Amino acid sequence: MEYNLMREFADSWGLLAMALFFAGCIAFALRPGGKAHADRAAQIPLKDD
Amino acid sequence: MKFGTEIVLLGLFAFAALVAAGFGVDEPFRQHMWVLFFAVAGFAVILLRNSDFKPAAPIDPDAYMDGPIRYGAIATVFWGVVGMLVGVIIALQLAYPHLNIQPWFNFGRLRPVHTSGVVFAFGGNALICTSLYVVQRTCRARLFGGNLAWFVFWGYQLFIVMAATGYLLGITESREYAEPEWYVDIWLTIVWVAYLLLFLGTILKRKEPHIYVANWFYLSFIVTIAMLHVVNNLSMPASFLGSKSYSAFSGVQDALTQWWYGHNAVGFFLTAGFLGMMYYFVPKQVNRPVYSYRLSIIHFWALIFLYIWAGPHHLHYTALPDWAQTLGMVFSVMLWMPSWGGMINGLMTLSGAWDKIRTDPIVRMMVAAIAFYGMSTFEGPMMSIKTVNSLSHYTDWTIGHVHSGALGWVGLITFGAIYYMVPKLWNRERLYSLRLVTWHFWLATLGIVVYAAVMWVSGIMQGLMWREYDEQGFLVYSFAETVAAMHPYYVMRAAGGAMYLAGMLVMAWNVTMTIRGYQRKEQPFPVSVPTLQPAE
Repeated sequence: MEYNLMREFADSWGLLAMALFFAGCIAFALRPGGKAHADRAAQIPLKDD
Repeated sequence: MKFGTEIVLLGLFAFAALVAAGFGVDEPFRQHMWVLFFAVAGFAVILLRNSDFKPAAPIDPDAYMDGPIRYGAIATVFWGVVGMLVGVIIALQLAYPHLNIQPWFNFGRLRPVHTSGVVFAFGGNALICTSLYVVQRTCRARLFGGNLAWFVFWGYQLFIVMAATGYLLGITESREYAEPEWYVDIWLTIVWVAYLLLFLGTILKRKEPHIYVANWFYLSFIVTIAMLHVVNNLSMPASFLGSKSYSAFSGVQDALTQWWYGHNAVGFFLTAGFLGMMYYFVPKQVNRPVYSYRLSIIHFWALIFLYIWAGPHHLHYTALPDWAQTLGMVFSVMLWMPSWGGMINGLMTLSGAWDKIRTDPIVRMMVAAIAFYGMSTFEGPMMSIKTVNSLSHYTDWTIGHVHSGALGWVGLITFGAIYYMVPKLWNRERLYSLRLVTWHFWLATLGIVVYAAVMWVSGIMQGLMWREYDEQGFLVYSFAETVAAMHPYYVMRAAGGAMYLAGMLVMAWNVTMTIRGYQRKEQPFPVSVPTLQPAE
């Protein structure tokens, strides 16, 4: 694999894919209805022992 | 317990070490193999003496496996004392060079014993034992893989012993925080893969449908460290029975690989792993859920996406291409946001229970840890800016920054977690003494403040002296003059470190007495009861 090829991929499609994945993660965390699920998850450590 | 297979395997391992000690091509390697032989053979003898042939009690598959975690808590405290003691010794060596005892105990050999001792031995044991504690309790599942957890614990201790003794013998790859030579690296890889299997296996057999966010942080720490360790240590041994190897990379690529590793060791070992600790132990100790679970998810992904690019800021104004330096700087500055998001999330978990800072010294310790996390993640991005870095780089300012993060954030959050876990692990009603926790808190906090403040002054002075020109364009100070000017600060730094070490000794005493089942008679902390206001 040539350096320039990897470099071009990294600052074009690779960058776009990672940025979209990241934006998707944030959007998923903030989705409507996500709060109820998050509040239940936050209780997990407090449930036992 | 019978340990037949284990003893046979250890015997073979010890024999291999003996052969390597006999046929090693260089003297340090032969000495190192003798260390390995005695460590492994000694362990086999201990197992032999602890064998008995009574039928083993059946294991309850639903009960949590806490044995390795108890050992891990003790190892954390033990290595903490050792690593911090070596830190104070090397601080004194800098102030008083006569304390360099050649060849084994000079500064060059003891310094990696200190850094690896506190980061990998103290911090690593803390991460391994708390992660195994947290993953079982948030997945509601026993650890996966039977005795795998014991292999991870003892295998990791062997790595620590081999790393530390290797440094003293002068065996080093000279890669910061990755000094162990190729054969110790291979052993750590084996242990780390076992740790990954243990952690992932436990997550896979969980009874709780959701994977709690603390486990995300721990898992990212385990996976990333595996990747960093393997890539940074790609090297070719000069001989399969010798202690010397050569890196697969050369020149600036080698430097960048090293600092990609080095900074992500900070990002994923000293940050992500300990954030996992924060997201479990802070809610437990204050008995409230984390302030915002969704913020913790965003904190996680932002940290993952940004941290991995920040490494080049260690190579400003070097042969590294300018664009890579700028990339490292920009990503470091962007890290401000998730770091402070996480800090706010941790601190605000106390909202409505702020009185606990006054009444619960363990909460106080955790809050101070999170405050130091905020301070050092503010300072770090600032120092990564090229113009600031041109003053701070290679000076004591960097050392001060590292210690405000390591002593303040990593140290204090670990102490909080250990103080929380120890009474639970040994079924004690409470710690031996909460007053001693307060002593520990103040010794540690004042020690950090002295250390960091002194290093700021010393570092900035050093940086300014290095760059001062006279009107004819000559440097004003020789290097030796800058060293002499730092002597008083080196003495004060050693005093700050000694205070922190004293706090650690107080903790070791407190934990020992708790494990032995004592409770100190002392005035309890005032528990604040909200006074009801009559309606007007």
